[in-house]
Amino acid sequence: MPEADPAAGRDVVQRVGCASCHVFPDISWPRGALGPNLGDFADQGLIGGRVPNRPDLLAAFVRDAPALIPGTTMPAMPISERESRDVAAYLYTLRDR
Amino acid sequence: MWPRISTPSGIVEGLAGWPPPVLDPAGPYAGSVAALSWALIALAAGIFLIVLAALWIALRGRERLRARLGGERAIWIGGVVFPVVVLTALLIWGLTLTRNLSEPAGGPELRMRVSGEMWWWRVSYLDGNGRAFMQDANELHIPVGRTIAIELVSPDVIHSFWVPQLSGKLDMVPGRRNLIRIQADRPGTYAGICAEYCGGPHALMGFLVVAHAPDDYARWLAARRAPRAAPPDRQSARGAALFVSAGCAACHRIAGTPANGQAGPDLTHVGSRRTLGAGILPNNRGTMIGWIGNSQAIKPGNRMPPYTVLPGEDLQALAAYLEAQR
Repeated sequence: MPEADPAAGRDVVQRVGCASCHVFPDISWPRGALGPNLGDFADQGLIGGRVPNRPDLLAAFVRDAPALIPGTTMPAMPISERESRDVAAYLYTLRDR
Repeated sequence: MWPRISTPSGIVEGLAGWPPPVLDPAGPYAGSVAALSWALIALAAGIFLIVLAALWIALRGRERLRARLGGERAIWIGGVVFPVVVLTALLIWGLTLTRNLSEPAGGPELRMRVSGEMWWWRVSYLDGNGRAFMQDANELHIPVGRTIAIELVSPDVIHSFWVPQLSGKLDMVPGRRNLIRIQADRPGTYAGICAEYCGGPHALMGFLVVAHAPDDYARWLAARRAPRAAPPDRQSARGAALFVSAGCAACHRIAGTPANGQAGPDLTHVGSRRTLGAGILPNNRGTMIGWIGNSQAIKPGNRMPPYTVLPGEDLQALAAYLEAQR
């Protein structure tokens, strides 16, 4: 993602507590179990099993998931548009090595 | 003054005042504890230097100095008189300080009761007669410059109430009522933790003290006592119904509604809390859903069961409803 900062994205993920529902490989606690493990998110074809895994859609999804997938458990999160791009950039660093 | 050591757990960095700095007092009670701590550190450093000097003399010193160091006089002074004087002085200082931590500082006090329960804090605001007029959990709101006398109790095991920036630490012992006084001299958010191992997720049993300027405190109290609004939209109205039908109300109370459970934290003001799960998560729609849906993954062993059976829309509705409880 151009002009997006994965490290800043990780800080946002920490601050708002995404790990309450998701497992991130580089966050030791919490390791939430309600949502999917995001350990290999960069290699996933779909976001939430429904939407193509594209940077623009991912940034929109992490900010307001119900707008893209009505009925999803994931809520809109209190982050800015810029922060949502950083979060998406961070998520694209997560792949199985 | 000192570099802050960051914790590896990360998420707690999002919570103001966490982890609680231990030697950064924000009020008179914590100030006296910090003064003793610094005196002990300085004294220990001085004694360490004396021991090093004695060691150097013993190994490399002149014959005459070594003889004096090994003499009976040195043993009496360094081994008996010095420890007796220093330790007695410290004992008197420590005991006086401990007594003062539960002594009134003068001026009108506010009263609260905090009950340590596995693994959260039940908070009651008391009137002049010691009767509770408001219930809350995991967060204490106080005005700056006023002394708060807090009764510490526990219904299960021993916990310990510790807000390092505002006072010393004091155990909460089942069957006893201990008294601690805290005071903050500047507005801010001060973290507290359970300082006595109490089983399972003891390490995840935190809380916050929010100190307001006097005017802000009065406004906060008035807002708390204002009549409660109906659920603001359809989603949270559905959440209100679910709160009763899904069983939440069996353990949680929301004042002014049929929900009157007493086993878990009072949720009347949960939407305005800064944290969830007893001082461990930031409070937003996402962490609320994560906590309700599967708090066992976040805080293993806590007494709230996972509600993975609830569909996403129900979790969203419950979170919307709880978010509106301010």
